[in-house]
Amino acid sequence: MKAFTALLIRDMRLAFRAGGGASLAAAFFALVSSLVPFGVGADLVLLGRIAGGVLWVSAALAALLSLDRLFQADFEDGSLDVLALSPISLEAASAAKILAHWVTTGLPLVLLSPVLGLLLNLPPRAYGALIASLAIGTPALSGVGAIGAALTLSIRRGGLILALIVLPLITPALIFGAGAVADAMDGTGRGAFLFLAAFSVAAVALSPFASAAGVRLNVGG
Amino acid sequence: MITALANPKRFLDLSRIVSPWTCAFAVILLCAGFYWSLFATPPDYQQGQSVKIMFVHVPAAWMGIFVYSVMAGASLVGLVFRHPLADVAAKSAAPLGAAFTALALLTGSLWGRPMWGTYWQWGDARLVSELILLFIYLGYIGLWNAIDDPVRAAKAAAVLALVGAADVPVIHFSVDWWNTLHQPASILRPGGPTIDKSFLVPLLIMILGYTFLFLWLLLLRMQTEILERRARSLMMARGA
Amino acid sequence: MANFFAMGGYAVFVWPAYAVTFLVLITAVVLSLQSYAQARKSVRQLEEEGSGTEDTR
Repeated sequence: MKAFTALLIRDMRLAFRAGGGASLAAAFFALVSSLVPFGVGADLVLLGRIAGGVLWVSAALAALLSLDRLFQADFEDGSLDVLALSPISLEAASAAKILAHWVTTGLPLVLLSPVLGLLLNLPPRAYGALIASLAIGTPALSGVGAIGAALTLSIRRGGLILALIVLPLITPALIFGAGAVADAMDGTGRGAFLFLAAFSVAAVALSPFASAAGVRLNVGG
Repeated sequence: MITALANPKRFLDLSRIVSPWTCAFAVILLCAGFYWSLFATPPDYQQGQSVKIMFVHVPAAWMGIFVYSVMAGASLVGLVFRHPLADVAAKSAAPLGAAFTALALLTGSLWGRPMWGTYWQWGDARLVSELILLFIYLGYIGLWNAIDDPVRAAKAAAVLALVGAADVPVIHFSVDWWNTLHQPASILRPGGPTIDKSFLVPLLIMILGYTFLFLWLLLLRMQTEILERRARSLMMARGA
Repeated sequence: MANFFAMGGYAVFVWPAYAVTFLVLITAVVLSLQSYAQARKSVRQLEEEGSGTEDTR
């Protein structure tokens, strides 16, 4: 447990440093969301209708940003080998890293989302759903993203292939997350939160195992 | 039998006997299938002659999913049982699966155009799921190419294939769910909920033909991969 | 005959669908056969060279 917490705190500290990726993801999230009106026009009614989806897509992209360094940084300076020999299992280590990634990348997105919702004229009744869906869904993004990060950690500039393999896999989160916001706007209840939660729980529970497998195949040699 | 095939040389010898047969079956079935589909099927009461596209779309779509299951199965065998040819099978199957899926998308788009009025309809859950499947294939192939070490690449790709296999049904479910927002039910069901008997037989022949074509090309590509590895090791031995 | 080609008015969809099918399938076959032939050639060449140098040693 102590080793788990130590790894967690270390990763979070690294992420919060300059160039560590925490503020980068939040800035990227804000930037992409702000670019959308330039693309689709300033019609507030239109923006309000698409705000939920836009914010979810931007969040998914932003969450990807710091992923390629999740394991690669430790791989390059040898700390991943040390980690493989440490008292905690690679699965637990991966879980710690996923949690750290969520706290430093996902959580800021959740907190920033209502502000961006304002920018995009999200209807007032949808704010709760926006925040809740991102809060429930971003852990899945971190989890599945970590799997991709582990598989691609030996690839130079693997960020693009990482995005290519992770984005299709997180489609359900995007669909249910944006769907939850849409439901709140329309006043319909189609179980979006239930399915989103199920996906997230499954993703978070299983991703440490797949990530550890990815690390093992790269470190075992 | 599978362990008997673990030896690459034995696999090569065996496929040299088996693959001409798969080729022959493929050719016969496809010729019969194409002829039957084009010349001997009636127009659908709802879709007219455009129903003929079904005979090239449905087999392609089926193969896209079937090949992925083969890939996932081979990946599992490779990871768990360490069968030496499993990763060769998975690697060889992927481009074929991607090609079938792309074909399914192209033909599906053409099939839907007279019905939907547009070349793409987000309301068709199967077609949308196939689009995501294509991206999953491309990611898989990209991962193989991006990792230099072939042993690492094989294992990483295998993990990815299995993760994808678990996710694909979920993706399909979520796309289906998403469509409850919009109305259009999939119109790619000729003649209503039950397929006319006169369509069923040529359709099955086409599906079988595509399957044998895949098997033939899979064996061919596996042989190619094994030979290429042999060539590489010969070149390295020469250098030494 | 003309009726057949017109495909009840759907010709512009049906024929391209079949055309792209033939194109994709034939391309897959040709590319696979080419790589196979290429690989077989390289291995034969390398094996001959290998056995060649052994003889002259």
